[in-house]
Amino acid sequence: MKLNILMFGITKDIIGQSKLAFELPDRSTVPDLIASLKAKYPALKDLSSMMIAVNNEYGQKDQTLQESDEVALIPPVSGG
Amino acid sequence: MEETIWKAVPAIYLTEEPIAVDEVIAAVNSENAGAVDVFIGTVRNSTKERKVVRLEFEAYDSMALREMEKLAQQVRERWPVEKIAIHHRKGVLQIGEVAVVIAVSTPHRKEAFAACQFAIDTLKQTVPIWKKEIFEDGQIWVAAHP
Repeated sequence: MKLNILMFGITKDIIGQSKLAFELPDRSTVPDLIASLKAKYPALKDLSSMMIAVNNEYGQKDQTLQESDEVALIPPVSGG
Repeated sequence: MEETIWKAVPAIYLTEEPIAVDEVIAAVNSENAGAVDVFIGTVRNSTKERKVVRLEFEAYDSMALREMEKLAQQVRERWPVEKIAIHHRKGVLQIGEVAVVIAVSTPHRKEAFAACQFAIDTLKQTVPIWKKEIFEDGQIWVAAHP
């Protein structure tokens, strides 16, 4: 499946774009996506944390992704 | 005679325009409240003795609003809150500008202080908003690296 992943903050700088088309095997989970992204973009490993948001909610550990999901990469937040 | 047009102030709000602190406070007005606590986060001119020129805030708008709503709900569940309002700025902010305003009204002051502190502490941990500090000689996404 092909995900269109939204990038924010430092992840946008690391990956060089605000929306990344990313190929993943069907039935991949949130941790699968994190591992694949870190393998392709090693600079992501240097971040204090990295979360995945699925349809505007923080993704759960065992959550399976679907092509229709709105997926976003959430580096450490720093609002306020 | 011109009619006064009352602008409804949303409780949860993300904006590129300057935040009107008095409007956020007015949004939590309640006759049942004996206290209103307000937190105002402003742009500081330095970080670790390095001079900050300006800040840039970026938000994942749809999720940030949702997390702000969830946060408001959590606050309502933990304290006897009359009303709560959270406004956060995004875009480019100059030194001294207001980045965030949280106002909470409760029957008594103790709960207002506690609820407001919890709200800003939790916002900083959960709401997908990112702050970039621009220095004279570089820039950094705050908290990105250990």
